Amino acid sequence: MDVSFWNREIETADRSSLEALQIQRLKEVVSYALKTSFYQKRLSKVGIGSPEDIKSLNDLKKIPFSVKDDLRQNYPKGMLAVDMEKVVRVHSSSGTTGIPTVIYYTREDVGRWTDLLSRGIIATGATAKDIFQNMMSYGLFTGGLGMHYGAERVGMTVIPVGGGNTQRQLQIMRDFRTTVLHITPSYLLHIHQCMPEYNIKPRDLFLKKAYLGAEPYSEPTRLKLQELYGIDIYNSYGLSEMNGPGVAFECVYKNDLHVWEDGYIVEIINPTTGEILPDGEKGEVVLTNLIRHALPLIRYRTRDLAFIHTEPCPCGRTHRRISRILGRTDDMLIINGVNVFPSQIEEVLMSIPEVGTNYMIHLATREGLDRLTVKVELYQKLFTGDLSQLDSLKGRIKDKLRASITINAHIELHEPGFLPAFEGKGKRVVDERQKL
Amino acid sequence: MKITQISVFLENRKGRLYEVCSMLGAAGINIRALTIAETETFGVLRIIVDKPDKALELFHKNNVTANRTEVVAVEVEDRPGGLANILKSLSEQDVNVEYMYGFIEKFTEKALLVFRFDDPEKAGKVLASCGINVVTSKDIQAL
Repeated sequence: MDVSFWNREIETADRSSLEALQIQRLKEVVSYALKTSFYQKRLSKVGIGSPEDIKSLNDLKKIPFSVKDDLRQNYPKGMLAVDMEKVVRVHSSSGTTGIPTVIYYTREDVGRWTDLLSRGIIATGATAKDIFQNMMSYGLFTGGLGMHYGAERVGMTVIPVGGGNTQRQLQIMRDFRTTVLHITPSYLLHIHQCMPEYNIKPRDLFLKKAYLGAEPYSEPTRLKLQELYGIDIYNSYGLSEMNGPGVAFECVYKNDLHVWEDGYIVEIINPTTGEILPDGEKGEVVLTNLIRHALPLIRYRTRDLAFIHTEPCPCGRTHRRISRILGRTDDMLIINGVNVFPSQIEEVLMSIPEVGTNYMIHLATREGLDRLTVKVELYQKLFTGDLSQLDSLKGRIKDKLRASITINAHIELHEPGFLPAFEGKGKRVVDERQKL
Repeated sequence: MKITQISVFLENRKGRLYEVCSMLGAAGINIRALTIAETETFGVLRIIVDKPDKALELFHKNNVTANRTEVVAVEVEDRPGGLANILKSLSEQDVNVEYMYGFIEKFTEKALLVFRFDDPEKAGKVLASCGINVVTSKDIQAL
């Protein structure tokens, strides 16, 4: 198989050179982290007062984990380690409640992130000759812009369509002879189901590859999509806290994802005890971002479950591979590629006086896409008797949810006492989606 | 001129309408007119009863989501064109009907029509000026 490299030296570096690079970059990150009061407190507690206190990678293990809540507590700028003047980009992802998590990047941070994305693209065998249709949303979400920059740096022809509008997507694919897609697995499936409607067949298109991310999906789904479209599909992994996409990418062997270890230190821990697990064992992915200075994150608990492969990859890259994401340690839902916590939905519902205290979150698959239905009970005392009141209430719930989680939910009103009574918020979620 | 309609928010579930109606029956409350607006998950039952205050009290005691709405009820001749005549006058005077429903009385030649207007005061005047018999709460009890 043809194996191409973006940076052969680093991608095939032996473990000791890779670790030397990790230590050097970790020191840099620690020096920035020490500029924030958050990390200053946290690092001084474990005897790290200067970057020189990092002697080996073992010193990393002394540092306590960071979590999403740390970012929220320090919203909006508490963890910013550089002057705002140095920041060229802001991204944000949903928090577990109304407070989002914000990520800042300096020009150099964006450059290093972009480089890893280019590396991933080249690892799949794509080249500057490819026509790249980016179907992830642009904006605060990292998926769109992140990959866009990486593809441009490779020299691909980038079509920044963003998500949605299937008819236009298909038209662009056909007219511009798109060869590579960046898309969520559920949307790729949905588009295939829509093709007959627009009288387009996969063989009318020029597609060769697709990069799938933002949602977990299974190997049988990859195989099915590859067959439906006649293309190669590569998994991509990332999260905004670790810059965005490009933390790990599959190479031409499509045998799970190389974590770019010069950019990220990956650990797998037991999510309950915090103990570090050996390669091969499934646990929570903990990542240290080695390439971002504006907002350092050290030993960040991703809540994603995966394992690290012990076998080397035939492509010759020395960067270890992680499995696809096998689940979550928290109750985060991924709805059409968007991360949603049930607590965000609850917060919106409880801010509306006409809504009672009982509610239910229901997920189903419709035409290949996720459909979110939020079922609420009407608050008895505020029923006026008008149907128009109920219509406008539904509209208001829908609008407020869209503003908070960016998803169009289907709203159902129910008579008080008619939804099942739940104990604990986790049980309020009924997920009947077909597993991808 | 205005009479009380009771609007009941009902789960769209088998047996729920029966449960609510049997509550009224057991309490000796008689339904004079009724309509249901239904959606996928819920319905709104609108009823005119002989004892509206008692019915509301009963509903609240039994955790049934209900509220009162002011409506206007009129009697029309039960013959072709009866309703159209009324609507013509209302339309000419620019009175908007939000919704309406009707039923036929047992022992008379009249039909009872229940209207929810956006402007019930003006509607009442228009109806009176057309010589239409507007039904009072007392009439409802006596039906």
